[in-house]
Amino acid sequence: MSTVKARLAPVTGHRLFWPLVMLVVLLVANTVYRPSFLSVELKNGHLYGSLIDIVRLSAPLILVALGMSLVIATGGIDLSVGSVVAVSGAVACLWISEQPDQNSLGGVFTALAIAFGLALVLGVWNGVLVAVIGIQPIIATLILMVAGRGLAQLITSGQIITINSEPYKTIGVGHLLTLPFAIIIALVVAVIVAVLTRRTALGMIIESVGGNAEASRLAGIRSRRITLLVYVVSAACAAIAGFMMTANVSSADGNAAGLWVELDAILAVVIGGTSLAGGRFYLSGTIVGALIIQTLTTSVYAMNIDPQTALLFKAVVVIAVCLIQAPAFRARFRRKRPLAPPPAPTAEKQKEQVPA
Amino acid sequence: MSQRHPVLTMTAISKHFPGVRALDGVDFRLFPGEVHALMGENGAGKSTLIKVLTGVYGTDAGTITLDGTQVSFTGPMQAAAAGVSTVYQEVNLCTNLSVAENIFIGREPRRGGAINWRQMRRQAQEALARLDLHIDVSELLGSYSLAVQQMVAIARAVDVQARVLILDEPTSSLDADEVAQLLRIMRQLRDQGIAILFVTHFLDQVYGIADRITVLRNGRLVGEYLTADLPQLALVEKMIGKELDALEQLDSEAGKDPARVAEGSPLVEADGLGRSGAVAPFSLTIHAGEVVGMAGLLGSGRTEVARLFFGADRADKGQLVVDGKPTTIRNPIAAIDRDIAFCSENRRTEGLIGELSVRENIILAMQAARGWLRPVPRRKQDELVQRWIEALSIRPADPERPVRNLSGGNQQKVLLARWLITEPRLLILDEPTRGIDIGAKTEIQRLVAQLSDGGMAVLFISAELEEVLRLSHKVAVMRDRQLVAQLTNDESLDADRVMRAIASGARQEGLEKA
Repeated sequence: MSTVKARLAPVTGHRLFWPLVMLVVLLVANTVYRPSFLSVELKNGHLYGSLIDIVRLSAPLILVALGMSLVIATGGIDLSVGSVVAVSGAVACLWISEQPDQNSLGGVFTALAIAFGLALVLGVWNGVLVAVIGIQPIIATLILMVAGRGLAQLITSGQIITINSEPYKTIGVGHLLTLPFAIIIALVVAVIVAVLTRRTALGMIIESVGGNAEASRLAGIRSRRITLLVYVVSAACAAIAGFMMTANVSSADGNAAGLWVELDAILAVVIGGTSLAGGRFYLSGTIVGALIIQTLTTSVYAMNIDPQTALLFKAVVVIAVCLIQAPAFRARFRRKRPLAPPPAPTAEKQKEQVPA
Repeated sequence: MSQRHPVLTMTAISKHFPGVRALDGVDFRLFPGEVHALMGENGAGKSTLIKVLTGVYGTDAGTITLDGTQVSFTGPMQAAAAGVSTVYQEVNLCTNLSVAENIFIGREPRRGGAINWRQMRRQAQEALARLDLHIDVSELLGSYSLAVQQMVAIARAVDVQARVLILDEPTSSLDADEVAQLLRIMRQLRDQGIAILFVTHFLDQVYGIADRITVLRNGRLVGEYLTADLPQLALVEKMIGKELDALEQLDSEAGKDPARVAEGSPLVEADGLGRSGAVAPFSLTIHAGEVVGMAGLLGSGRTEVARLFFGADRADKGQLVVDGKPTTIRNPIAAIDRDIAFCSENRRTEGLIGELSVRENIILAMQAARGWLRPVPRRKQDELVQRWIEALSIRPADPERPVRNLSGGNQQKVLLARWLITEPRLLILDEPTRGIDIGAKTEIQRLVAQLSDGGMAVLFISAELEEVLRLSHKVAVMRDRQLVAQLTNDESLDADRVMRAIASGARQEGLEKA
């Protein structure tokens, strides 16, 4: 029995194990409730099904959370992503709504470029406040969280801008190669962020700054530049999420777009195993975290949970996820089962011992 | 003096930590109206003794008697209530509260359940007036200088009817005037009959104020002396001790030849380099292939010198001349650009990134110099890391293990490897052998000798004189934040002469022109 345990150790010990278990449990619960939950069908060359919906709907959150992972890895936090979502969506929609032909590709691309550029400026603003002026990240980004929401409402003049642009709508609900376009965008951005951090030395340097800022400085790392960069990346990710969210509904609501997404994003990062204290970050974990959150939201609707208890239900599941992930909690749980005999030392075990 | 009874007696105190015997049968006593200096090098057991006394730690063996009754405090609050107050090195008050609040926090004068602010301010003013300090007690503590904050801490300590006042390195962050003020207050308190336990690394202060000195070394009592009976040199000898260890063999290996290196052109020259509050302006020349040892007691300014060379702190006086060209080194990046490397004495806080792997830690400085866009190819990383793991015998030899899981000696080697792969011309090592076992120590010393033979200049800082003498071509002696002597390490130089320089400043030894 102990050998089975030892053989399973690399699997159960993997940092994605518990988040994935949670995800599977949620999916199974949904399937039990509605057996057709897992079915995916091909209609008109497009894939449809609850699973596809979950991934499609989680695409904006995945984007925001990817940027958030990098910020959190430096020991910071970015509360302004929701406002950046609103601003970028509003600018893009406003530009398109003023075009004579809303379906012109050129107009849509210009709109995206302008909105994306503005988001980069907002990212630089955050980065300068944190890295150059030295304001605590939670306060620095709180400024833009509040001001950005106001900016979005100014841009939309407090109205909801509705547009009728097929190319723009594609970002949210279009399909490419049988898959929803949003999923492909999220996938591409995830690959770009992964390549940016793991194929260059950026990831290691971010982790170094987040792990020990003073030691990093003494090793010759230009930590200010790195810190500034992650806030820009975070704003860029949020901007793309903003396009997606507004394209989904073909309208920009400065008030509601991206509201509270920063909290979901932080949660996704933490569920994915990245510590809020900074240091090591896990992009794959973040994606799984975002999927868990979206699955949860979908389940609440799909399982007809009373809206009055929906938030509470969500909270309970989140607490469960966090507890199961905490090694200290699992250790306590394990110790409470007196029957488990102490595992015999195996080859695997010995390898793990640290000669002092 | 012998007529009086000690107010506090600690007898045969022992304290073990896992793997360490922090205190081993130490006796200590304090007389009323006396300043008693507790002396010893880093790790001698001074802090442990204080913590045992104030109840932060329990004892494994031994008794503490206060005023003839045996006591055993469970914490600093209880100790303070019994009249034993402590002021720590770092002012541990709240800078965001007012002076008055700081003095009375936890014991505010009350009237009908509410705090009586007026009475609190008046009493605070009185308490400070007794120390000859007249400031606005309703101002925030943070708006005053560190010295004033230290006085406030003392006012708070003595206001709780203290009979024993413990001052744990209260002067380490003060300038000369502030120190003078503090010493004056200490004398005043002593004359009021308070027994003062004074921990400091500044010899001048000890000889300026202490009536009695107790010396600890490696957790053992060396002795208790009247200050008048103990010359400075004898004190330094007792603190440092003379240890002959397994390292003697290195003497023959490290073919020291001061003449050989002095012929070469200077690599780095500090010209009147200094930083106010840290180290007085000094001039020091380091040649290629030269090992410059830096001796001096803890807190004498050794680390501060190293940090100025590396740009970890910015110098506000003088300049650094590298390859004959005057340069300003504003930050570590500028120093690294000029092939200067620095291994900090604080491996965990200023050296390694604990969470990252051995490989990543080794590669870090090289990668930082290249910029993140040009990653060191993985194959080259593995090759370099493998080579240095073998060369320095880093154990366990697993490049992917988080570095925090390694022992102190192996962590030190990882830090060394990080800088060695950048092929520096000047390597600054601050206490590279502290807290590591004898085997690793020998390896590091041998490595330093080899590197210097290969033409690398090394600034080698260590509290262990034997080690400094064994490796260095030249010994720079620090005392009270000044470079007081530069001694060529020829046959005539021995530990005695260096100790004399540390103890007396030894200007008569001559500032040898390098």
